[in-house]
Amino acid sequence: MNLSPLLQVVNIYKKYQNQDLLSGVSFEVFSGETVCLLGPSGSGKSTLLRIIAGIEYAEKGMVKWAGKDLSKVPVHYRRFSLMFQDYALFPHLNVNDNVAFGLRMQRMDESLIRRRVAESLKMVNLQTFGQRRVTELSGGEQQRVALARALAPHPRLIMLDEPLGALDRSLKDQLNKELRSLLKRLAIPVIYVTHDQEEAYAIADRLLILHDGLIVQQGNAEQIVSQPKNLWLAGFLGFTNTIKGRVIKLNPLTISTSFGKFVSTAQTANCKVGQDVTLVLKPHGVQFGKINRQQNCIKGKVIEVLFKGENHQIAVEIGKGTLISVQSTQPLSIGDVVNIYFPPDSVLYYES
Amino acid sequence: MASVNVEVKSEPLNNHFLQGQPWKLWVAPILFLSLFFVFPMLSIILATTQMVGQVSLVTNWSRIIGIIGFTLFQALLSTLLTLLIGLPAAFLFGLYNFRAKGLLRLLSTLPFILPTVVVAAGFNSLIGPRGWLNLILMNLLHLGEPPVQLLNSLSAILLAHVFYNTAVIIRVVGSALEHLDPRLEQTSRTLGASPWQNFWNVTIPLLRPAMASAILLVFLFDFTSFGVVILLGGPQFATLEVEIYYQTMQLLNLPLASILSIVQIVFTLLITLSILRLGGGEIIPVRPRVQEERLRKPQYLAEKIFLVFMMVLIFVIFISPLLGLILRSITRLDAERRERGVILPALTLDYYRELFINRRQSLFYVPPILALRNSLLYALASSLLSLLFGGMAASALTYKIRLNKWLDSMLMLPMGASAVTLGLGYVLAYGFNFQSRQLFPYLIPFVHSLVALPFVVRTLQPVLASIPATIKFAAATLGASRWHIWYHIELPLVSRSIAVAGLFAFAISLGEFGATAFLTRPDIPTLPIAIYRFLGLPGALNYGQALAMATILLACCAAVMALIDLTQTRMYSGENL
Repeated sequence: MNLSPLLQVVNIYKKYQNQDLLSGVSFEVFSGETVCLLGPSGSGKSTLLRIIAGIEYAEKGMVKWAGKDLSKVPVHYRRFSLMFQDYALFPHLNVNDNVAFGLRMQRMDESLIRRRVAESLKMVNLQTFGQRRVTELSGGEQQRVALARALAPHPRLIMLDEPLGALDRSLKDQLNKELRSLLKRLAIPVIYVTHDQEEAYAIADRLLILHDGLIVQQGNAEQIVSQPKNLWLAGFLGFTNTIKGRVIKLNPLTISTSFGKFVSTAQTANCKVGQDVTLVLKPHGVQFGKINRQQNCIKGKVIEVLFKGENHQIAVEIGKGTLISVQSTQPLSIGDVVNIYFPPDSVLYYES
Repeated sequence: MASVNVEVKSEPLNNHFLQGQPWKLWVAPILFLSLFFVFPMLSIILATTQMVGQVSLVTNWSRIIGIIGFTLFQALLSTLLTLLIGLPAAFLFGLYNFRAKGLLRLLSTLPFILPTVVVAAGFNSLIGPRGWLNLILMNLLHLGEPPVQLLNSLSAILLAHVFYNTAVIIRVVGSALEHLDPRLEQTSRTLGASPWQNFWNVTIPLLRPAMASAILLVFLFDFTSFGVVILLGGPQFATLEVEIYYQTMQLLNLPLASILSIVQIVFTLLITLSILRLGGGEIIPVRPRVQEERLRKPQYLAEKIFLVFMMVLIFVIFISPLLGLILRSITRLDAERRERGVILPALTLDYYRELFINRRQSLFYVPPILALRNSLLYALASSLLSLLFGGMAASALTYKIRLNKWLDSMLMLPMGASAVTLGLGYVLAYGFNFQSRQLFPYLIPFVHSLVALPFVVRTLQPVLASIPATIKFAAATLGASRWHIWYHIELPLVSRSIAVAGLFAFAISLGEFGATAFLTRPDIPTLPIAIYRFLGLPGALNYGQALAMATILLACCAAVMALIDLTQTRMYSGENL
């Protein structure tokens, strides 16, 4: 375990069209680690990558590599590869020459370049594509060329900006898998930017959630999903069922609401009896039953059933005009009256 | 951990990627524009104010008003005639697919590349006193004198204007029609519009901006026409342009020439504003999903007749002057002395051979063929100059610079100044004494590159701008410096556009006549000037030589255009980027 970080991003500020885009972003990346920067569109993820790469400049803050400030190091000396969302392949060069570009910039020996290009293309399974024009390639192939080009110069850090963003679902899943094993094999630190949670869960050792110009939470996927730091993040992760309540007991944490009492396993560190809170009920792992249990149970009428491949997304009206959405493995019919039981570990609370 | 210890080469440069001082790119283009456009234009205005002080100058004002009237009249008539032929032709191109379309389209680009002197020589070879029409009539009717006097008449001017401008209508209106989204018309039909209602309520309104800009282009071309009028109209027809030339070069009345220039510029502005207002602003980009989706093959008999008629008409208009010119340049006429009026034509290369001989010592002091060499050298210099300044301006335009919008329109201004106005401006600005006038030939590449500058910028700028920033960023993260990015990425991506722009400038310079006429020196003529001089001389040999030179100029322009076409077909389109 290496304890000193390679990349340190320290307190970065950046305005965009006079609006604060990044307001004090700090994080670290350790050797061999794949870090995933997750956030909604427009949260400044790409800008942050460009600042790290040295393409754009922060108004305040610092980017350090192995403890050294990089602010005097221009982009082309940083040896940070950045793979763009639109791939940014050079249209006038063929696949080989695209991949060789970074090596040529280092004035590497041509025979060595040939070897490295072949090696990089092999990594992305495009061994036979060297002479092809990049404009003739499919989206998935272009993505692989861009990746090979980013890897060929053996960068110190590789940054991927929505690398699968432009691809369709099935291709995305396949490439995600390949990418994961490739990045693990290379042991280069990686910053992976995406707005897609599934993608992030699959690829990241550690997630960084960017919102309102700040890293709101970091940790591995399980930590974040089980205990999102704030109400916004819970919503961003898809936990949109919220009801108002008040804490009535701390051990076990019990909250009373107009739909009855709810017991939660969430931490109670900053919590006081009598506090007003917002409950978030995770839609997964709920149980449907005929009997109305005394706790963690809401009665309602099914008004919409959407088939989502493996399970059903059910909209239930629990009060006049109040809807909640839950996942169910069994199909329910519209009009059914059901009791939905939320286990204590799927009940979160946030200060109102 | 090896990667941690890699030494970081640091550079004391400002490391913001897009920093640097791109505004510096403007310095040379602005200097160029100031010296060779703004200063000459200001000189014209200055000369006008001098005129106001000199009351003693006797001017025949009614004649001047007559000239303005004639200029407007011939422009209006030419425009109407052009529309009469051009609109049906535009619909032919915009509505139908037919076999000879490619060839006709190619023919219709000819006027864009042909210098006025070539076209004038072409029409001269058709309808002039020694032209085919008169030759044929003389042979048929056994006449001793040319029976038809079409040259030096209004109809000759109109014919040449129609030749030039039909192409404009076909281009602008035809392609607007071709690019209309068929769904709009289909929708209108499903909403209950008859074909006729559909035409008037949907098609025509959608075409209106394109039509307005086409009419504007045509009218302004006719209004500022110089070469056509001076070569085909003869002395009795003077438009403003021709009058400015006479006043400057023959009567040396520079203040009056300046006033006429100002009058012309004011008219040009008024016409532009009023037509643009009528047209209702910008062209709406309505594109079909599938290219040429709208086009169909003619089905009904009426359509087929229309098609054939228009094809023949276009063919005759565009090809006959050129064919006539080429054939006439290799035809010798041996009149038999005893039988008047009977002429035996025979093929000959005499006129071409004669170009290499320095026979008329008094006229040029040099063999006429040297005009070709001069023209080629001027064209080379002009295209290099316009690439240099245009390239800098086009790159500057791709950056965020505060004054860019303003400077951009400034770059386009030379398009609004007529060649004759420029010529007069140069004479006023740089012709202070005899010595300086001896140096006028060195100004020719500058005025030619000024005329070509807007085209060069308009060719290069969109291509430069279409290179996505991420491509340059990607190169930078892969270790490319600014210089590397320019050399390895930008230059290869725009190289073909540079070639196209340079060739355009070359062609423009080859054919430029109006401004050159003010700056040329008898011993260093360009090809168009030599053609003009020889056409004005008596004698069959001179006439033949003029046509031979016009044919050579035609061949040069055709070669340049072929090169442009070849370059363009292999160009990276924006979609590839």
